[in-house]
Amino acid sequence: MNLVQRRKLINVIALGYSLAAIAFGLVWLIWILVMVFEKGVGAMTLNLFTEMTPPPGDVGGGLKNAIAGSALMVSLAMLIGTPVAVLAGIYLAEYGRRTTLGKVTRFLNDILLSAPSIVIGLFVYAIYVARVGEFSGMAGAVALALLVLPVVIRTTEDMLVLVPNTLREAAYALGAPQWKVIVMITLRAAKTGIVTGALLALARISGETAPLLFTALNNQFWSLDLGKPMSNLPMVIFQFAMSPYENWQELAWAGVFLITLGVLLLNIVARVLFRKSATQ
Amino acid sequence: MPSLNPAELSPQITMRALNFYYGQTHALKNINLDVYRNTVTAFIGPSGCGKSTLLRTINRMYDLYPGQRADGDLLIDGVNVLADDVDTIELRAKVGMVFQKPTPFPMTIYENIAFGVRMHEKLSRIEMDDRVEWALTKAALWDEVKDKLNRQGTSLSGGQQQRLCIARGVAVKPRVLLLDEPTSALDPISTMRIEELVNELKKEFTIVIVTHNMQQAARVSDFTAYMYLGELVEFGKTDDIFIKPQDKRTEDYITGRMG
Amino acid sequence: MVTNSEKNARAAKTAKNRFADMLFRNLTRAMATLTLLLLVGIIVSLTIGAWPSIKAFGWGFFASSEWNPPADRFGGLGPMYGTLITAFIAVAIALPISFGIALFLTELSPAWLRRPLGIAIELLAGIPSIVYGMWGLLVFSPVFASTVQPWLAKTLGQVPLIGKLFAGPPIGIGILAAGIILAIMIIPFITSVMRDVFELTPAMLKESCYGLGGTTWEVVWNVVLPYTRVGVIGGTMLGLGRALGETMAVTFIIGNTSVLDSFSLFMPGNSIASALANEFAEATSPLYTSALIELGLVLFFITFVVLSFSKLLLFSLEKKAGTTS
Repeated sequence: MNLVQRRKLINVIALGYSLAAIAFGLVWLIWILVMVFEKGVGAMTLNLFTEMTPPPGDVGGGLKNAIAGSALMVSLAMLIGTPVAVLAGIYLAEYGRRTTLGKVTRFLNDILLSAPSIVIGLFVYAIYVARVGEFSGMAGAVALALLVLPVVIRTTEDMLVLVPNTLREAAYALGAPQWKVIVMITLRAAKTGIVTGALLALARISGETAPLLFTALNNQFWSLDLGKPMSNLPMVIFQFAMSPYENWQELAWAGVFLITLGVLLLNIVARVLFRKSATQ
Repeated sequence: MPSLNPAELSPQITMRALNFYYGQTHALKNINLDVYRNTVTAFIGPSGCGKSTLLRTINRMYDLYPGQRADGDLLIDGVNVLADDVDTIELRAKVGMVFQKPTPFPMTIYENIAFGVRMHEKLSRIEMDDRVEWALTKAALWDEVKDKLNRQGTSLSGGQQQRLCIARGVAVKPRVLLLDEPTSALDPISTMRIEELVNELKKEFTIVIVTHNMQQAARVSDFTAYMYLGELVEFGKTDDIFIKPQDKRTEDYITGRMG
Repeated sequence: MVTNSEKNARAAKTAKNRFADMLFRNLTRAMATLTLLLLVGIIVSLTIGAWPSIKAFGWGFFASSEWNPPADRFGGLGPMYGTLITAFIAVAIALPISFGIALFLTELSPAWLRRPLGIAIELLAGIPSIVYGMWGLLVFSPVFASTVQPWLAKTLGQVPLIGKLFAGPPIGIGILAAGIILAIMIIPFITSVMRDVFELTPAMLKESCYGLGGTTWEVVWNVVLPYTRVGVIGGTMLGLGRALGETMAVTFIIGNTSVLDSFSLFMPGNSIASALANEFAEATSPLYTSALIELGLVLFFITFVVLSFSKLLLFSLEKKAGTTS
């Protein structure tokens, strides 16, 4: 075999390997999705939305309280987290591009983005649950809100930086004060991108379990009292999937199906939205 | 055609010993220049000569960027606008600006116009409607958009967007209008409409236009300033500059031997 | 001419604008500071919470694997070992796979396939970890126990020394299974960073190598990889950071035992995150809680260092790409 043939052979082997790698990656994705859909669709009944989580040994049951608790905590977390994050993102993009505070915050925010979510749960436990003396839906919402922060801060900053400077100058040229330029022009121009970021944050916290373990805990009964432990889908899935009861496992599959479907949909909507804004 | 004899014109903008710096770079060197009321003054010169910088000094756009500063005198109606205590917001209400590329705000056509007006005046709904119509008429855009005022500004064509930006600047009723290469991103027909517009607008506003296109300067302006490497080489009536330039450098540029 | 009252009105307007600007700037700055304080708050509050345990066990906490709640004696070696070993397995598997996928996405894939495949990989990153965990426990581990584990025991298990890692009964769940699930989870993270940094390679640099008659592989190996080395390491670190702190996927499948008496990867174990997930809400004594918080603090510290390192590497590559292009 001459040199050129050898080089070509190595090339073919490498390319074959990369093909195998992508096949390997896709196999897991497909396997996971197929299982979740197969088991999940089978477990889909109307009872899921009308009945409560069953006690051990009982037959049937649904996820009504868990779905409501999750929806309540997730919405509350978005309501708390998004405004704070958008404002902080504005600071990073518009005021603090070169300041020390800006640089340090940007760096630490990127670390928070990948920091273990269970530690956020511990933190909220230490400063909130331990003080109040009780697990509560509010604590769960706060923990989730802290996970919203880094995602939305990051996208807000990125999107604002993309707004062309001439647009800002045009607004200043009309005699607009800085806050008006930011709120009414820059922010508006970056709106779709920021909404995308919020949707991605929503997708992320919808399936988060770890930070709820010692904040919201769980609740077998119907409760929307934010001062009390609150049921939520991820915790119910965790508890039921590990159990030996068949109806519990089935409910867990149903819950996983709902969450996966929701998260995938949110991701896709966010992507479509973002693409639309990028082509504009 | 009004007389263009400087003795009979009153200066609206007066620059004396004006210098500008980007950090260490000395970008404008000792500029002395008068811009007269209700005339069109063009700044021409090769790129990097400082013509846009000079324009951006007039409304203190440079304030937005750290490290940029100006010294000397730049008076508008007798007030030195380079002074520290000048409120740039108020200054910019008096000095409108249009940019190289159209910059419609992400809102409706109507809101694009009303946005600036609302910042400086309190108008009733009816007065605002009138003002929007007035400004769009001034910018020769009213007939084309009167039925779609609630559409997004970005839905217009490039030439229409640029006229929308002119209307937006005019709506605030400034005294001076700064045009920074306003047609460089437009097709020839849109360019012609904007040039006609400039001729109309000078009846009510003092206009300063930066252009890289000498024919445009010759067509629209009353006075022309030729700049080179941060210096004002020559300033005078447009006809004089283009027919019998005094400075060799101006002549080279105008006859296309440089640039 | 300007009257006095007009002048006053104008001055008032100027003052109002300045005040509004100041207010808004400080509001946004306060929110940015809040984010900063969040990080400081995490460290401070966890240190305070861990203090009783730090005082009681000192450095011994890192040397002992005794995890004995009834006797109130705690050593964190077991979970720490579990965290590190599962994350290490995950990276060892995920790195070569991610490299292959990134290679395919940037250099090989036909243009029409690039986007859908990229999206599929990113969707994989978006799936909540509890889904991986539950799938791992109920679907993957039975298959793993009946096929892969016996095969590993028969092959690698017979090799001296390494064999110890693959000894014991094939029960599906355990350290190795957790590492594999983690690998599947972090493949998308590492892949997307690698793809992004590969794309930072200046086209002219690659074309120069192609121009010399280089094959695709030679261009990637001799130009792209050296140029983006720092970024590739940064991306791997990012994946490592994720793997270290991942909770649910591990908790389902690692087996949850703090006994550390064998080096076999087939054995069940515990990671810091899974210990917290399983035991924290039920910890009875204050010292028990405190020891768990100390574990959390250790976890946060390790991931903080790994992620900072990753961030700095990626940043330096971006800077380099920014100056040469």
